Amino acid sequence: MTATAAALLSVRESARPNAMPIYLDNQSSTRLDPRVLDAMLPYFTEQFGNPHSASHPYGRIAAEAIEQARGEVAALIGADPREVIFASGATEANNLAIKGAARFTREHPRGGQFRDHIVTLSTEHKCVLESCRRLEQEGFQVTYLPVEASGLVSLDALAAALTEQTLLVSVMAAHNEIGVMQPLAEIGELCRSKGVLFHTDAAQGFGKIALDVEAMHIDLMSISGHKVYGPKGIGALYIRRRPRVRLLPLIDGGGQERDLRSGTLPTPLCVGIGRAAAIAAAEMTAEAQRQRQLRDRLQTGLTRRVTGLRLNGHAESRLPGSLNFCFPGIPAMQLIEACPGIAISTGSACTSASVEPSYVLRALGLSDADANTGIRIGLGRFTTPEEVDFAVDALAAAASRLAAESGMAGESSNPI
Amino acid sequence: MVGALIEAPPEGVIFVSGGTEANHLALLGTGRDRILVSAVEHDSVLRAVPEAERIPVDRDGIVELDVLDRLLATDPRPALVSAMLANNETGVMQPVAEIGRIARMRDALFHCDAAQAAGRIALDAAAIGADLVTLSAHKLGGPPGIGALVVTSGLELTPLLRGGGQESGRRAGTENLPGIAGFAGAAGAAAAQIAVYDRIRELRDSLEAGIAAIAPDAVVLGAAVSRLPNTAAVAMPGVSAETQVIALDLDGVMVSAGAACSSGKVGPSHVLQAMGVGPDLVASTIRVSLGWTSSKADIAHFLEAWAALYRRCRGRAPRARAA
Repeated sequence: MTATAAALLSVRESARPNAMPIYLDNQSSTRLDPRVLDAMLPYFTEQFGNPHSASHPYGRIAAEAIEQARGEVAALIGADPREVIFASGATEANNLAIKGAARFTREHPRGGQFRDHIVTLSTEHKCVLESCRRLEQEGFQVTYLPVEASGLVSLDALAAALTEQTLLVSVMAAHNEIGVMQPLAEIGELCRSKGVLFHTDAAQGFGKIALDVEAMHIDLMSISGHKVYGPKGIGALYIRRRPRVRLLPLIDGGGQERDLRSGTLPTPLCVGIGRAAAIAAAEMTAEAQRQRQLRDRLQTGLTRRVTGLRLNGHAESRLPGSLNFCFPGIPAMQLIEACPGIAISTGSACTSASVEPSYVLRALGLSDADANTGIRIGLGRFTTPEEVDFAVDALAAAASRLAAESGMAGESSNPI
Repeated sequence: MVGALIEAPPEGVIFVSGGTEANHLALLGTGRDRILVSAVEHDSVLRAVPEAERIPVDRDGIVELDVLDRLLATDPRPALVSAMLANNETGVMQPVAEIGRIARMRDALFHCDAAQAAGRIALDAAAIGADLVTLSAHKLGGPPGIGALVVTSGLELTPLLRGGGQESGRRAGTENLPGIAGFAGAAGAAAAQIAVYDRIRELRDSLEAGIAAIAPDAVVLGAAVSRLPNTAAVAMPGVSAETQVIALDLDGVMVSAGAACSSGKVGPSHVLQAMGVGPDLVASTIRVSLGWTSSKADIAHFLEAWAALYRRCRGRAPRARAA
């Protein structure tokens, strides 16, 4: 660890108990792993060359570092490095995958015909839904499939939604708000059998659960750096080569990234996401198990102490560190304000400023009132058992107090 | 901080992933029917709207203002004009205030790509007279992967990236906060750095004087007009740019044969072609850009290497140096 990274870490560690709440919102963003920072720093300082300047070593060293990072990202999902392009984040990757595939198909019709139908889930991330809405304005047809009460897609419903005109299915790997993991392999197989492209937004899943583009028949996969202990401002899109998936770029210019995404590549950020992927590859299995245990500890603790606590989303098929609960009768914002010692949220950071009840929880069949009580908790690589215990105490005590204030049952009177 | 770099209000600053994205957002986001771009724009502008009308430039690389005025006057559709503040290959600066004035007079919007100029010369949004300004952090000593489009008026833009509604709905995606902080730091430091560029201008001028002394047939493109203080596009007639880059590289001098984004590609520079530079001269032009770490010794070293190459290629005995 460099002196800088060590210093940053020690500042943060010492500041933690007093100044900053315990961080349990790892779905919205994660802390940069100090090992990732170490890998990045030289590319901010000595190795600052423009990776596209092929005429001198400054540029070539940067270019080599980027290619190594590309390989590390590709390796984690069983892809060829040539199938991975870098973008500014998962939002851009999702926009590029969905709009790019649709617009390419429209620009290159076969025999005057092109497939103009897209299927996605009503619970997808806003940037997927907004990209689809944009395509609707451009004349495409979009089916927003409802999900089951568990948050999982019904494969029968999906199969029934596919038509001769269906071009693309977009289903996220793991959910940002409720943590549920969709059956990617089954969806991929279905899509492949119908000749439909399969895109998955793996912003939450990448580096946390096993993803294999071959076994899962994935054609396009969006990846984020800052959700996996890498830097913000960088993401990637996997684009299948065989059979080749063709996209129309969103951003033209110098022709970087095989003409699919122009713009000077930010070398330190590419190196960061590469290192983050390599660390995840080495540690994912053990880390998933560790987080699952912490998650169970949190869930058991809260269930024991909060009467009527309800888990949202499938109990088994979920990300190791992700939980979403309804605290009955307690508006989520009140609970969050009552727990200043922990950093949690009601859902997606993008929409958490909104006062609307979560559209995701509504899609699971919850009433507006219930959806307003939904709390998202995200454990991460740096979460400790002590922090989990602290969170259980804080949440249970706050829930009890708020319930008493509003004259409702809160903390269970007969703890086991 | 970033807004202050060009004396613009902070609420107009939209953070994006870099200059290329900012240029796209500007050209595609205003929804104007007609887009006019100068012929020497960066590829990220030219390719954002391939069907855009090209405004010709003169031999010095300066936009032909009367042609621009005529183009705008003869077609009443709402238009957007895009012209860069300073060219990335030659350093030539456009008369942006004039361009902005013409655009305003003809009810057109004006977008100015200031990626190359910011931090090297003092900027003032009001003086530029642009509705939209592109900035890039890594061109002014900030981190790569962050840039901004500055909207100086209350203009509404159609977003390029849709999603979580960040940046007031104008650009979705989790903000690259360390990048933004680095950008702000660089923007703050840039004000102080601009004085440094007076020194760099002297170095650049001494480099060009040195070249003129060594090789009377060498050409500095855009030498007659206002240029960025750190950039020189120098032609060594009859010697390919590639040869020069490799030979200078072997002597420990890093230069490039044009824009970095396209320097891996073959093909003559569209910038020099638009200036009416002949194909032979285009093929023998290199770009030299100095930074704040450049020193007198670096210039002397460059001139030595350049002179050695020149003499080798001319097959002449060493001549007496005039300076």
